[in-house]
Amino acid sequence: MEVGREMFIIEHLPALVIAIPLLAAFIAPLLKRFGKHAVSVWSILNLSIVECLVIVLGYRVIKDGIQSYAIGASIPSLLSPNGLPVRIILEVDAISSFMGLTSISIILLACIYSACFMKKYKSVERYYSLLLLMAAGIMGMAFTGDMFNMFVFLEVLSISSAGLIAFYAYKGEAIEAAFKYLVISSISALMVLFAIALLYGQYGLLNIAALGAAFRFTILDKIALALLVSAFVMKCGAVPLHMWVADAYGEAPAPISASLVVASQISLYALFRICFTLFGLLPAIQIIAWFIILFGLASMFVGVTMAMPQKDIKRLMAYHAISQTGYMLLGVGVGLAVINDINALNAFGIAAMEGGIFHIINHAMYKGLLFLVAGAIIYRTGTKNLNEMGGLGNRMPITAVLFLIGMLSITGLPPFNGFASKLIIYESVFLFNPILSVVAMIVSILTLASFVKVFYSAFTGQEQSKYKDVKEIPAIMLVPLLILAFLIILFGLFPGIILKLLVKPAVQALLDRAGYIGVVV
Amino acid sequence: MIDIQFLTVVILISVGISTLVFKKNIIKIVMGIEIISSSINLFLISLGYREGSVAPIFTNAPSVKMVLPTPQALTLTNIVIDLAITALMLSLAVLIYNYYGTLSMKKWRLVERCS
Repeated sequence: MEVGREMFIIEHLPALVIAIPLLAAFIAPLLKRFGKHAVSVWSILNLSIVECLVIVLGYRVIKDGIQSYAIGASIPSLLSPNGLPVRIILEVDAISSFMGLTSISIILLACIYSACFMKKYKSVERYYSLLLLMAAGIMGMAFTGDMFNMFVFLEVLSISSAGLIAFYAYKGEAIEAAFKYLVISSISALMVLFAIALLYGQYGLLNIAALGAAFRFTILDKIALALLVSAFVMKCGAVPLHMWVADAYGEAPAPISASLVVASQISLYALFRICFTLFGLLPAIQIIAWFIILFGLASMFVGVTMAMPQKDIKRLMAYHAISQTGYMLLGVGVGLAVINDINALNAFGIAAMEGGIFHIINHAMYKGLLFLVAGAIIYRTGTKNLNEMGGLGNRMPITAVLFLIGMLSITGLPPFNGFASKLIIYESVFLFNPILSVVAMIVSILTLASFVKVFYSAFTGQEQSKYKDVKEIPAIMLVPLLILAFLIILFGLFPGIILKLLVKPAVQALLDRAGYIGVVV
Repeated sequence: MIDIQFLTVVILISVGISTLVFKKNIIKIVMGIEIISSSINLFLISLGYREGSVAPIFTNAPSVKMVLPTPQALTLTNIVIDLAITALMLSLAVLIYNYYGTLSMKKWRLVERCS
């Protein structure tokens, strides 16, 4: 019996990872009658189960290769009975499980943090319900192998995120931010749907792998590619459509800002999946790659320069999130630019992609830490304005040290994880085009300048009399912060191990187009 | 020879996008998104349409030709999602109206602070 159940779980792993948060989301409001704590414990429990399942799934992907699952089939492993995939297929390779692991870890930590942070609000059960839905959307986007399914999960993600951004519904700004986010994400989702319709009209297929095999690179395919790339670039918060990021991250509750970081990164994953798996063989992919690199450069530079004058601590960090997204686009864009040139790919392309992908997990961690620290400051002082803070270092020493760790990591100083990935990006991009690398370094310096300002105005300086009673944050809020800080230092001290364990398989999976397609067709 | 349905799709999408770009009233923006969404629904449906065929719901169909079922499933899904998006956006519009007393985007706090 025990063995049978284990086999059941292992056989249905990819579906369970999506189904558990989806069902838990709708059960969460019912648990309110057992008290507020019941809802948060329920969410943490479910997210921990998903986290364990994702780790098992990732282990199986590394050990046995790509895991696939046909939803609703009597034998889930039977993907295409008549040579054509008829059902919705979940396909998990190393990059999907890498993204899944990153996202679910941050959401789990944000959920633990919320247990205390959101305690004072009345309707927390809706908050947790939406948070679980967001997790389901992210996991679905990461693990799906079907274009239309990706669109559906994109919409699930957008709707739940918009609800969460508007959580402080008594503030007009939060509603504005949610509206803006919703407009941007529904337009990008409609662009995705239009592209799907264009592809379906030509090939009669929705499966990513089967589409990749059937491609003929007609003019309509190129239009679809342009639509998909612009939709996902819009959704991941790159310049020139970055304006929603600052509002949404700035106005959402702090744990949601941390989760939104991974929600944006899952769109990056979708972008990479489309570019590499669907359009990898397109002769004109270099043009798209240059567009991605330029978007990346613009994001880096505009993000950081817009961050400099901000007075709102979370808005400032949101602009830095835009700027850091640029590094990922730059790294992977350089890899994409040389994808058809095997010598250049081996010389620096793979390294650049490793830097970009490694930066995804690093950014999720340190930006998560910084947003949660900002939340801690807001939790104790009740203000987001940097001008009103001051001298908090004496009152909240642990928070100050944690902020320092996050700050040094985002600016790319050793021995923190930001240094590890940024160094790889600098070195490899320098071989491709030195100017790009120089811009990336300048942006790093500007990042440091802007964060030094935050540190000085929040934690040092004269103690203000109104913050006399400010204490260190409660232990339950410190736990996720300490875990993140520990991971940041761990990743910074042993980048080689992390690269070998997580990042290299992910990059190989992204480049192994034939392997991904071969599973289905 | 241009298919009239695809021409309609193009016109509707341009109308929707110009609404989004030029209108300041948020109800009109919701309408713009709806127009784009409906035109994509029309596009999907017309992709699967075959002249003189029947709906794909018969076991013993009167004629051999059937329209494609998949685009119709996609359209249905999009209609449902669209409903959710519209409801959420309109409820946000209600909250914005309660808060600022106007539906014009020009009066918003975040817009003013940024400009």
